[in-house]
Amino acid sequence: MADAQPILPPLVISPERESSRPLVQVLHDWIITVDHKRLGLMYFSYGILFLVIGGVEASIMRAQLAVANNHLVSPEVFNRLFTMHGTTMIFFAAMPIVFGFANYLVPLMIGARDMAFPRLNAWGFWMSALGGIILYFSFIGGFGLYGAGSAPDVGWFAYAPLTSPAFSVGHSTDYWIVGILVSGFGSIATALNVMTTILCLRCPGMKLNRMPLFVWMNTVMAALVLVAIGPLTAAQLMLLIDRYLGGHFFDTQAGGSAVIWMHFFWIFGHPEVYILVLPAFAIVSEVIPVFSRKPIFGYSIMVAATVSIGFISLGVWAHHMFTVGMTSYANAFFVASTAAIAVPTGIKIFNWVGTMWGGKIIYKVAMLFCVAFLCQFLIAGLTGIMLASAPFDWQLGNSYFVVAHFHYVILGGIVMAVFAGTYYWYPKVVGRMMNETLGKWHFWLFVIGFHLTFDFMHVPGLLGMPRRIYTYEASRGWEVWNLIVSIGVIFQAVGVLLWVANVIWSYYKGEIAGNDPWDAWTLEWHTTSPPPEYNYAEIPVIRSRRPLWDLKHPEDPDWKYE
Amino acid sequence: MPLSANLRGKVGMWCLIIAESAIFSIFIVAYLYYAGKSLSGPTPAQVLDVPYFTSICLFSSSLTILLAEKALHHGKVKRFGFFWFLTIALGVIFLVGTGREWYRLIYQDGLTISTNLFGTTFYSLVGLHAFHVTVGLIGLTIIWLLTLFGAVKQEHSERISVFAMYWHFVDAIWVVVLSVVYFITR
Repeated sequence: MADAQPILPPLVISPERESSRPLVQVLHDWIITVDHKRLGLMYFSYGILFLVIGGVEASIMRAQLAVANNHLVSPEVFNRLFTMHGTTMIFFAAMPIVFGFANYLVPLMIGARDMAFPRLNAWGFWMSALGGIILYFSFIGGFGLYGAGSAPDVGWFAYAPLTSPAFSVGHSTDYWIVGILVSGFGSIATALNVMTTILCLRCPGMKLNRMPLFVWMNTVMAALVLVAIGPLTAAQLMLLIDRYLGGHFFDTQAGGSAVIWMHFFWIFGHPEVYILVLPAFAIVSEVIPVFSRKPIFGYSIMVAATVSIGFISLGVWAHHMFTVGMTSYANAFFVASTAAIAVPTGIKIFNWVGTMWGGKIIYKVAMLFCVAFLCQFLIAGLTGIMLASAPFDWQLGNSYFVVAHFHYVILGGIVMAVFAGTYYWYPKVVGRMMNETLGKWHFWLFVIGFHLTFDFMHVPGLLGMPRRIYTYEASRGWEVWNLIVSIGVIFQAVGVLLWVANVIWSYYKGEIAGNDPWDAWTLEWHTTSPPPEYNYAEIPVIRSRRPLWDLKHPEDPDWKYE
Repeated sequence: MPLSANLRGKVGMWCLIIAESAIFSIFIVAYLYYAGKSLSGPTPAQVLDVPYFTSICLFSSSLTILLAEKALHHGKVKRFGFFWFLTIALGVIFLVGTGREWYRLIYQDGLTISTNLFGTTFYSLVGLHAFHVTVGLIGLTIIWLLTLFGAVKQEHSERISVFAMYWHFVDAIWVVVLSVVYFITR
């Protein structure tokens, strides 16, 4: 065995395209499917649908704020727009998209045929889908079916006492609560499934320290979902008890506390940031090595940093609450813990740069997005450290500076990584390459638009513009900045449209990809593109972190050095 | 080496238990935080009695389900059915006890979920647990009916153990809820 090659099974012929079958039957197959790849794609498409809806909501808000004293939308509608935008993007765009990546890729990467619980997997997806439908049903059901259009308008973190029945009449807030509650059950199911799959279904030879970093980071993501969604579920149940059964959890008049809602929400809310960003790290950690033609720099340190991010992220939540007025001890603790989480995150940035250092970098679109990710995520982290300092936060909390900061994390970090991931894995999923030229147009338009919008958004924040205002007076010095911010949206929207067009065009006209177009090293590139339903005809056996490198370079395999 | 694929039921159940524990811990934190902060009566000291008997019943059900698991593991299906039924009976006694307690609290002591903070936190925490007991009982009963129809065999012992983990979890949580509600804050 000592000098034997890793045993990788023979390849199988790609299944026929579905287009030759009747549409109803194809739809039926997709609806009843328990295949992790199809569910992954459904998660992903569902997330993209809501990404577009949330994007439209954001665009309407930016149109409203482009000039002073604008009356494009009423204040009520504006409140609904930012509530729906935030809720949609976090729960129904970002989470399904990262779950989609995990669902599709984790079993392929660890050499498994499916997830541990395929039917539970389908259940999780349909619960998430139901949550989104419930949330959007509020547009027609908020005041009963007879009322005029409505939607939740309490903000995505829904602070008490605004959510009490006295201030939120009608049912729009209830749709918000139940939608999130239901999608939370789906998230827990998916996390449980990802975790069990990784712990129990790895192929022979796939030790924990040989798993691709993508799998490691999704393990920590799943662990965070398991511990962080519970508090949200509990808080939503309490809010339902308050609203329907006359409970007093968040009712200050009966001795309840509005602040405890903030604690409960952010105990979920901050780990949630890492639930979303760890899968983004996961994508970047796979793309950068392949396009730098080097193995990842500092694998074990990356794993350690990921796990410590997981732990520290559970103890930083109240940095969202400095302006609420906590004791100075609490402030000091959360300043320190928040500063501490910058250390493992910084380690990661250094390791990605270390991977690129001295590598033969190939600037395909996927890699371009990763480079943009590195720069933007660094800046997002730096404004994060600024806001982590309580006195600075007292000055700028709830201003557009904060909005710019977290959009830098989510758009500049997570969405960029998601774009990179689609360009990288599209050939595997579809069997055809995405168009590079169109991709470069997408990249540059989106990056320029992103920087126009979110670089300049910091400025009105520093000038004192609070978030969530529907309009503002002229002559405050905010007009030019807001106009630039809104113009950036146009570039981003065109970029996203080009991306969607590219996805559709390449499905029919893209260059045939073959099994391994990027000369990559992880297991998913060994099977056909698209993979057969059973992934691998024979379960592979691996001997190092880069099984495909071993296969391609029998004269100098990795396992000799492990 | 990876854990065996046969263990995936247990690993999955552990994950569910972790997620459920997170939900319970928030309700427990809320209970502790609001203890003694009610603006009006009744207070826990005035109305709560420690449910010794029903708690002992619930804790014993962990033992009987363990005996049932062992019996099935050794292929003694009849013995399994007996201890499984005993588990259901003990669980039902616990639920009936909770029901009687709530009836007394509502109709004699005038404590409802909207009376004061104590009522809100008490009914939601104890109710969340009772809900889990109910779900467990439904599962137990389905498995018992399947046993009566002869569908449960020795080869299912692994799966039965996975379900039993949930029941053990429901019992273990009661240790915490009982201590918090009836001893620490009363």
